[in-house]
Amino acid sequence: MSTPAERLATACAGRRVTLMEVCGTHTVSLFRSGVRGMLPPSLKLISGPGCPVCVTAQGYIDAALELAGRQGVTIATYGDMVRVPGRGGSLAEARARGADVLVVYSALDAVAWAAKHPERQVVFLAVGFETTTPATAQAVLDAEEQGLANFRVLTAHKLVVPAMLALLAGDGGDGLDGFLCPGHVSVVIGSEAYRPIVTRHGKACVVAGFEASSMVAGIERLCEMQRDGQPGLDNRYTVAVKPEGNPHAQALIDRVFESCDATWRAMGTIPGSGLRLRAAYRRFDAAVHYRLNTEVDDDPGACRCGEVIQGKVEPKECPLFGNGCTPTNPVGPCMVSSEGTCAAWFKYGR
Amino acid sequence: MCLAVPGRLIAIDGKVGVLDFQGNQLRVSLAMTPEATIGAWLLVHAGMALQEVDPDEARQTWAYLQEMGVADVPAELA
Amino acid sequence: MVGELILLGHGGGGELTRRLIAEHILPRFANPALDPLTDGAVLANPGGRLCVTTDASVVQPIFFPGGDIGRLAVCGTVNDMSVMGARPLALTLSLIIEEGLSFAELDRVLDSAAAAAREAGVPIVTGDTKVVERRRGDGLMLSTAGLGVLPDGVDLSPRRVRPGDAILVSGRIAEHGLAVMACREGLAFSTPVVSDVAPLGRLCAALLTLGEGLRFMRDPTRGGVAGVAADLAEDGAVGVELDEQHIPISPAARHAAELLGLDPLAVANEGKIIAVVAAADAERALALLRADPLGREAAIIGRITAATPPLAEMLTAAGGRRIVQRPHGEELPRIC
Repeated sequence: MSTPAERLATACAGRRVTLMEVCGTHTVSLFRSGVRGMLPPSLKLISGPGCPVCVTAQGYIDAALELAGRQGVTIATYGDMVRVPGRGGSLAEARARGADVLVVYSALDAVAWAAKHPERQVVFLAVGFETTTPATAQAVLDAEEQGLANFRVLTAHKLVVPAMLALLAGDGGDGLDGFLCPGHVSVVIGSEAYRPIVTRHGKACVVAGFEASSMVAGIERLCEMQRDGQPGLDNRYTVAVKPEGNPHAQALIDRVFESCDATWRAMGTIPGSGLRLRAAYRRFDAAVHYRLNTEVDDDPGACRCGEVIQGKVEPKECPLFGNGCTPTNPVGPCMVSSEGTCAAWFKYGR
Repeated sequence: MCLAVPGRLIAIDGKVGVLDFQGNQLRVSLAMTPEATIGAWLLVHAGMALQEVDPDEARQTWAYLQEMGVADVPAELA
Repeated sequence: MVGELILLGHGGGGELTRRLIAEHILPRFANPALDPLTDGAVLANPGGRLCVTTDASVVQPIFFPGGDIGRLAVCGTVNDMSVMGARPLALTLSLIIEEGLSFAELDRVLDSAAAAAREAGVPIVTGDTKVVERRRGDGLMLSTAGLGVLPDGVDLSPRRVRPGDAILVSGRIAEHGLAVMACREGLAFSTPVVSDVAPLGRLCAALLTLGEGLRFMRDPTRGGVAGVAADLAEDGAVGVELDEQHIPISPAARHAAELLGLDPLAVANEGKIIAVVAAADAERALALLRADPLGREAAIIGRITAATPPLAEMLTAAGGRRIVQRPHGEELPRIC
């Protein structure tokens, strides 16, 4: 049996192939499993806008920080958001100054905490793609069922396919042969969701899981499509991903959320790429309740996170990378999140 | 991080299920997998069961991971 | 109820303090150096080089599966001396108690600290007790110091490792950190993993019989195996190469780490040693470790190389290679 490295070399056969992985877990797993180090020299794998923290607009971080500073407010958040720098510091710094910041594994934990602490106004930082959105939707439904008046969400949920299409509509798709499509996002939306990328833009799409074998199989398949000049749609994660996705998950999202335009860090506003609470659930919207604007974007000076998440530059091309911007002292979000492209490069690949 | 391996549903309490991962237990919402019954293998994310996976295919994934030395086939699948 | 809780007055230096010490502390730790309750303990001069270490223990919760803050404080201090190659002579133990802690909880911690000290064969010779106001402490915090004697000729340091040397770990990794993390409030998660907290004097003494062949030992506590590997590369100016497939970890711990979004390599251990030994002594070192119940799962997990620049790397199970870095600070659960 040939090794994964040999299989990749055979599939690529010395041709120039450029692929993009669109999932933060893929970015990390490619490094951690050592698959990134096995890629043949002519195969370029760039990291796309797949880390939920990295694509979140600066204004959202600032709004979260503003809320954290208010009396009586508890911020419930996934761990990744804690160290992201806003204009007024990070949530970690706000916590050191006395803010109440609760790290949770699920939006459902935040609701349970709010129910136990009626004296606190709990705001859950609802970020992420189609994988985390159902949990937020369920949390809102649980809060409604329990009649909680002290639970709200600050939403910045985003949709993967509109971002990929926006990337292709700009110059981000130039020279790109195909996408290694996310595993769990695809569990929810289904592999057929990527069809427009193949038919409209002629880019190959292959869904892969997170183990080395599945990622290698996905990259191999993309190389074969490039070789044959036949960009198509394929699924190398059939154990979990169906063509139509998970209808219950889609129904859950659709019941609570409706699509809206959304601001992506450094990519600007992408039509139909975000989700907001439907009118019936607007009372759970922290941005409405506290009158906050989360859609402002404002990158710190020399930081090139915006270009990194669009795959236009590699982290090492940013003047701040490892030089004023490190995981210990991050400037941009790509260095903060453990799934951020810059953090993964810094941690595993320098 | 997305979890590559599924857990086994060992208890159902209304809309909440208890999953077993090699002795570790996790309580998750079953809102997205309402058809799942005891013994089902479920992928999870952020406190929600995302999808039921076919045990035969799950077994192949586990066997491969075990061969690589990065996971262990659960007794129920071995 | 009256008499069940520790009050601010128990730290006041008066009658309540005297009773706290006489009734709860002395009976548990009795030894000739402590018993006179003088301001300082008087010890015989052992001669030779002394090794001094100190620790602050602030673990939350103070009781966790496999141990508690008392056992952790004693083992942590003893182990710091043991991995230096020193023979521990004496420990100090200071208690910073938040008023309202129950005597039952304090007694449990003291019993456990005393048992760990007996297990390690080291007396606790002096200490201090303070009580702080409610919300100005965290239940109970401990401060310990250790004094040991370093035998002539023992010199363990990253500077002594050489390309070709073997790297060993004395057992399954990541268990302490996972056990503690799993019992934090609010997780809809439970795990069978228990803390590995244990005194390592016996294991270290066994490895010291290798003489020159033993280059370096460290207990991979906070920062985990990853932290020690990165330190070795940096401080020894050598390459460190770990084999992912050979690093012992229980199935439960492996999956607990994945569920919590943590890299087991960066998770704390409190009863393990990383040792570097000359290649020719690797099998002998492995046999020495495995002969002890605490080292039964020991393994050779990598080697020192001449790589430049000096870097810690992992040969992955999938056949790749990646850099091993020390974690950057607070380990937080991740999404997506």
